[in-house]
Amino acid sequence: MLRSVTHEPALLPGPEIAPQSSERNFAVEGITCAACVQAIEEGLAGVPGIVNARVNLSTHRLSVRWDGRDNAATVVGEKLKKLGYRAHPLRKVADHDDQQYAQWLLRCLAVSGFAAMNVMLLSVSVWSGNVSDITSETRDFFHWLSALIVLPAVAYAGQPFFRSALGALAAKRVNMDVPISLGIVLAIGLSLYETATHGIHAYFDSAIMLLFFLLTGRYLEQITRQRMRNAAHNISSLRATMATRIEGKHLSPVEVETLRPGDLVLVRPGERFPADGVIVEGEGSIDESIATGETAGIAVREGRSVLAGTMSLDGSFRVRVRSLARNSFVENLERLIDTAVNARLPYMQLAIRAARSYAPVVHTAALLTLAGWLLAGAGWHSAIVTAIAVLIITCPCALALAVPTVQVVAMGEMFRQKIIVNSADLAERLADVDTIVFDKTGTLTLPQSAVCNADEVAPGLRKLAARLGAGSRHPLASAISALDSGAEPFPKIVEEPGRGVRTTRNGVELRLGSAAFCGTDAEQAPNENVSSIVFRAGDQIVTFHVGQRLRPDAKRVTEALRNRGYNLMILSGDRSGPVEAAADELGISDWHAQCEPAGKIAALERLRKQGRRVLMVGDGLNDAPALAAAHVSISPIGAADLTQAQADGMFLGEQLAPVADAIEIALQAKAVMRQNLGLAIIYNVIAIPLAVFGHVTPLVAAAAMSGSSILVSLNALRAKWWLHETAATKANATKEALAT
Amino acid sequence: MNVLVILVPAALSLGLLGLMAFLWSVKSGQYEDLDGAAYRVLRDDDLQAADCQNPDKYSK
Repeated sequence: MLRSVTHEPALLPGPEIAPQSSERNFAVEGITCAACVQAIEEGLAGVPGIVNARVNLSTHRLSVRWDGRDNAATVVGEKLKKLGYRAHPLRKVADHDDQQYAQWLLRCLAVSGFAAMNVMLLSVSVWSGNVSDITSETRDFFHWLSALIVLPAVAYAGQPFFRSALGALAAKRVNMDVPISLGIVLAIGLSLYETATHGIHAYFDSAIMLLFFLLTGRYLEQITRQRMRNAAHNISSLRATMATRIEGKHLSPVEVETLRPGDLVLVRPGERFPADGVIVEGEGSIDESIATGETAGIAVREGRSVLAGTMSLDGSFRVRVRSLARNSFVENLERLIDTAVNARLPYMQLAIRAARSYAPVVHTAALLTLAGWLLAGAGWHSAIVTAIAVLIITCPCALALAVPTVQVVAMGEMFRQKIIVNSADLAERLADVDTIVFDKTGTLTLPQSAVCNADEVAPGLRKLAARLGAGSRHPLASAISALDSGAEPFPKIVEEPGRGVRTTRNGVELRLGSAAFCGTDAEQAPNENVSSIVFRAGDQIVTFHVGQRLRPDAKRVTEALRNRGYNLMILSGDRSGPVEAAADELGISDWHAQCEPAGKIAALERLRKQGRRVLMVGDGLNDAPALAAAHVSISPIGAADLTQAQADGMFLGEQLAPVADAIEIALQAKAVMRQNLGLAIIYNVIAIPLAVFGHVTPLVAAAAMSGSSILVSLNALRAKWWLHETAATKANATKEALAT
Repeated sequence: MNVLVILVPAALSLGLLGLMAFLWSVKSGQYEDLDGAAYRVLRDDDLQAADCQNPDKYSK
């Protein structure tokens, strides 16, 4: 969404907060490639007051070191506007803590990696020496060296786990970090004891390697969250920071936060609407791409409600504010994405579930081993050593990587396909679905109206009508002008308000408007949802029907879903005429029209009783109860109020394809997760008996743990490649389908 | 085996050097824009004008 907009006309100067020689950050719209980075940095290099400017291509952010007196936001914004980008001052560095945490994890990862490498070097020498000619002095020396490396390394790099485990224990809970910390501490304790008593085996390598793999999993999780949150903050910076309030006869600039419902604000061309509200005066077109993904201007006039963050392209509007700025659309969008990011990701749920059963099982197994060896007559020393070996070998290295690596890949891919995950276990539930129920209005069809019968009109006439329609801001006229995207309005167009537009071309009069205006009888519209507009060129008369149009890829997507074996169904509150037409076009035989919300819930309940798992795809606003009743739900984000969105996932844009993509990604992610869990289980099935019967030497532990972890990570990377491939093929197929 | 007393600390200090270098690179923000860095290296804007007029300087 952020990538699609370039060369926009305007910028909002933000309030100047920064004093001299400070750093300011901007979210920049329009950055698509490396050339943009160069253009911006070189363009800003010559501006007086700017010490240094640097663009981050990964996050689409610009960081400027500012030394001048003027308002940095204004100067930078103006310059970027000239270059063809839009800059939005980032309000706060809320993700600062996040970034710090990620950096801390990375430092821990580096320390544990360094220690693991060096300890392995020493350990391999000991292992090979043990089967040949190592002296016990050299072995002790190596063990003490390992201890010297591992103790400070674990003290530093183990903190993320130790702190979390202590926190959980203080709250009288058990999380996954408790057995992890216990395993590491016991492994080191045992190794120290063995080293001090000149033992043959020390488990320093196992302890530090364990830490290294676990930190890898945790770091992966952290950077995914951070990426999603960055995107969220970029969106949230698309807000106005100042508004012009109309107070009696004069205008006063105020901070957006101080606006109250009922206030009247003035929005000039190129400004963003500061809050959700209703237009009370003014006419023009606005850019609602932030809400709909649709970048073309939409004609609006009095009475139309507008969302905060959308932008006036060419009109001046007086807007009655409807809700506080902090309840506005952009704020909610940010909050929603933040919730999605902060929501415990699915594997976390799984991890908690696993930890609940896992910790007792492991601890019992270790205790049973201890008791078993004691009963079998082994000494205390060897029984304790074996029991601790069981604890070490069962530490959930592979398990900790199995699900997160896949989830990281899947969430990233969903976000790339413009699906915002609202519910933590979306992927898990999506993968179970066997029936998909669609709402019609706003879901299968586009929220904006368009011409339905364009194919019945000769292309030449269509072009003429589009050029005439481009001269008017009336919504019906803009639907006509959308017939030809490059339509340039005729030079002299006369608009007769409430009737239509006319012009003369080569001596022939062209008229577009009501039937009476064009001097003809009104033609019966096919159904009540369609408005008619007549175009007359000389004595040629055609009638355009303007109404709801199916999403461009609706047919392809529903067909693909049906071929995959899903039962499709339409439940709509609309009259049966239009619903039947849509169902026919999409080939969905199972449709129900005129469903009240209660009727929809009843229908979903029936499906549930038949044992079906239903995915409900519907508009967030009027389908809210039905969405909540379904097994899992997805909503298109239109102009609907997000506060009322009940759906588990949401998608942006004109296409229906994200629904199919989400299912595809969920299915594949679940398949790979299962494989990975399977691998982790196989590892335990082999490793635990070995440990219980006392065959786990440090060599076996090292081989088993690193082997399983690497296998699981590689499998997840394969999933990344796999998902990418699928997404690329999909994108191409969509392009082809739209081109034909 | 006495040589170990020298070799092992030498190996460890080399490793530590690497660790320090990595920690420094994390701290100085080298991993913050992985996409952009790949393209930055291709830019010529760090060449002086004189260097551009005298390209042989880099081919020798």
